[in-house]
Amino acid sequence: MATTITKPETLFGKRVRRQEDPRLITGTALYLDDLKMPGMHHACVVRSPHAAAKIRGIDTSAARALPGVAAIFTGADVTGLGAVPCAASIPGLRVPHHHLLAQDRVYYVGHPVAVVVGTDRYIARDAAELVEVDYEPTAAVADPEKALAAGAPAVHPEWPDNVAFNFHQEGGDTEEAFRQADVVVRQRITSQRLIPTSIETRGVIAEWRAGERSLTLHSSTQIPHLLRTLVAGILGMPENLLRVITPEVGGGFGSKLNVYAEEALMAYIAMKINKPVKWVESRRENFQATIHGRGHVDYFELAALRDGTILGLKLKLIQDLGAYHQLLTPVIPTLSVLMMPGLYRFKNVNADVVGVFTNCVPTDAYRGAGRPEATHGIERMVDMLAQELKMDPAEIRLKNFVHADEFPYGTATGLTYDSGDYAKPLHKAMAEAGYEQLRREQAAARAEGRLVGIGLSTYGEICALGPSIALPAGGWESATVKVEPSGKVTVLTGASPHGQGEETTFAQIVADELGVPMDDVLVVHGDTAVVQYGIGTFGSRGTAVGGSALYYALQDLKAKMKKFGAMMLGTEQVNFSGGYCVDEATGKSVTFAEMAVAAYHAKKLPANTEPGLVATHFWEPPNFTFPFGAHLVVTEVDRETGAIEIKRYVCVDDIGRIINPLIVDGQVHGGVAQGLGQALWEQAVYDESGQLVSGELTDYALPRASRMPWIESSHTETPSPVNPLGVKGVGEAGTIGCSPAVVNSVVDALSPLGVRHIDMPLTPEKIWKLIEGARA
Amino acid sequence: MKQTLTLTINGKSYSDEVEPRLLLIHYLREVAGLTGPHIGCETSICGACTVMLDGMAVKSCTMFAVQAEGRSVLTIEGLAQNGKLDPLQEAFWNEHALQCGFCTPGMIMTARQLLADNPSPSEQEIRHGLEGNLCRCTGYQHIVNAVKAVAKAGGA
Repeated sequence: MATTITKPETLFGKRVRRQEDPRLITGTALYLDDLKMPGMHHACVVRSPHAAAKIRGIDTSAARALPGVAAIFTGADVTGLGAVPCAASIPGLRVPHHHLLAQDRVYYVGHPVAVVVGTDRYIARDAAELVEVDYEPTAAVADPEKALAAGAPAVHPEWPDNVAFNFHQEGGDTEEAFRQADVVVRQRITSQRLIPTSIETRGVIAEWRAGERSLTLHSSTQIPHLLRTLVAGILGMPENLLRVITPEVGGGFGSKLNVYAEEALMAYIAMKINKPVKWVESRRENFQATIHGRGHVDYFELAALRDGTILGLKLKLIQDLGAYHQLLTPVIPTLSVLMMPGLYRFKNVNADVVGVFTNCVPTDAYRGAGRPEATHGIERMVDMLAQELKMDPAEIRLKNFVHADEFPYGTATGLTYDSGDYAKPLHKAMAEAGYEQLRREQAAARAEGRLVGIGLSTYGEICALGPSIALPAGGWESATVKVEPSGKVTVLTGASPHGQGEETTFAQIVADELGVPMDDVLVVHGDTAVVQYGIGTFGSRGTAVGGSALYYALQDLKAKMKKFGAMMLGTEQVNFSGGYCVDEATGKSVTFAEMAVAAYHAKKLPANTEPGLVATHFWEPPNFTFPFGAHLVVTEVDRETGAIEIKRYVCVDDIGRIINPLIVDGQVHGGVAQGLGQALWEQAVYDESGQLVSGELTDYALPRASRMPWIESSHTETPSPVNPLGVKGVGEAGTIGCSPAVVNSVVDALSPLGVRHIDMPLTPEKIWKLIEGARA
Repeated sequence: MKQTLTLTINGKSYSDEVEPRLLLIHYLREVAGLTGPHIGCETSICGACTVMLDGMAVKSCTMFAVQAEGRSVLTIEGLAQNGKLDPLQEAFWNEHALQCGFCTPGMIMTARQLLADNPSPSEQEIRHGLEGNLCRCTGYQHIVNAVKAVAKAGGA
């Protein structure tokens, strides 16, 4: 027994490089398409080239005749199977039956019509080309506002108005607020359709074991357990005979927070042909058939007093849903409504949402999922109000912030903000950027005729999704901690990280709590046969909810280890610290490894204590968390080309306590890049006929290294009282804070020309036309 | 139809019967069993499939395997020597230059080319050099830092 104990360094808050990286930087990590099974076949999906058409017939004879083709499936084969699920429960929601393959009609470009299975992927693709589908194109509508107009083509013939649902939410007395107002600003603001574009596309391998009647589904997903429950439901198979394994996942951003037709189809096909079958999405398919994000047309009205006090907000929100509901499609705009008050004190909100069917691929959760749209709207409106009142945009924000002493703060939309000090990151961002000096430089630049802008956004978001009441399938998370007989520690998390680095942050938490080296901790996730049920990784919940579940499991485990320690030391009172149990009275101690051996060898047990060292905790969060922050962007616009240069990007994000600053920096940078993508470059473009014009990476402008500014990122830390770690979540902050700051900056640059608002993306063409228009 | 392809990959000789239309990336991944290089687009935009061909970074999704006849390919698997990471691998790890890791093998290969062409690049030159490789996770800043770190330490 040791007597000299050195307390190990605390890892919470340290820039620790990641545990998951060695396999990723050496090319030895295994993603979906890297997996091979004996006898594995390959599937290729035949998709509709039309946005709307009747299917008059499908001729598969030429495809079937190709050597190496094992099977072909069309809509008729899957009519009796379940539908692609939607988990939303909005009253009166119209839910079209979303068959795994098109039946007598197709509803969007990319709609799956048939699946061809061959012995290799080249044969499957060749054969897919030979499937002859006889289409009778019908009128299509791709624009949600046009879809609402009288006489528009009906996406689903049974609902000629194209309305899937109406949703209303209000708080306070908006009419009275508008009566009291000195000034009302109004603006139509769009948040364009975006394509999430994880660099790894989706992919599935299904493996059927006929003897066991069991099916293993490997899928590049963010939600292995929910996928298992829902695919079992679609196929009508017992859930406990389905195993979902998530291999290394090459990004998701919400696009893999879903249950797709192909996942159920491959499971079904593997059973039918009694061979493992692999399907890997091409990039074109990824753009056509994986969910898109955003797709808002919002009509805002903001009422205020002349001194800048905001009184109330009205919103009419038109959500482009696409042709079907995927898992959470109709839920996303309701999240926007929740976030409408932003960081401000006004208590009067009145929002009407209409969800509209269009002949496009469904929209659903993409990084931020409803909150970027809301933040973009309110932050643009606040700037327009400042412009109208000739107030400084920082001053009007400071005037309207919820005060630091008002938390927990109940909002007009029924949320309770957990903690905050909203002025702090704004002041810090302004200090770091040198705001006063920047304004002086701007004035000088303007005097020279240059177009220089300074833009702010002060955003709030809803993270750590979330209390179960708010999520259709529950909002808790689970963790199991096992101390093995050798003293090594295995964590099983119900979260499903795919780049967020939780193998590292969770190991940091374990190392701190148990006093073991990080390298002794293995974090396992993404296999439903190994890990207890979990919800998954999305909505900035992995660490805030999954990490908290882990924290509580560790407390249970420590309590049990202390019992063993006390027994071994022959005392009642011991301290557990730094990997030892210590009898403070005698100074004697037992090591972590000695306690682990004792617990498993079980020659002697403490009273009322079972052998073994395993603890599982399912943690239900009492509330969301509400990160916040301030982004400040300096831009200059080239008068001749309309090109925008980002000269400074300063962001101060308050995401609660920070476990690993290195990982947090990465999340902020990546989030900002996606926000900047929306602000400046990205747009999913459907033409009038519903054809996806931005159908490949050649036509969809993703942020590139050469176009990204240097991001000056820092933090304030306001702990969340919601969870024991005090963390809030960082996955979406950068994306949410970014786009309004950029647009506000460019509008500020162009304001001498009388520009008041510009819709995203701010392409040089759009900017150049505005400049030319002002000249005319 | 098939023809014989003989080439060297990561210093090892390979010879296989392949269809002339087989893409190099598919040969590497499916035939040679080297799944480090990835497929992100098949249109030579994303760069996840980047490998070195006779010392030049190429996108292996846009060339046929048979075009590599007699040539020498280096993939991400060939970088670490005797269990010791290459300086770029080490720097990507230290600087947190990857999140999901899918673009990383291609990104490291392009960075290798960049540093071979220009051992002390400016930040703008690094950004320009990485332009043909897409990363959706990192916003590129930590990747730029990793390349800077290697350049500062004397190259890849």
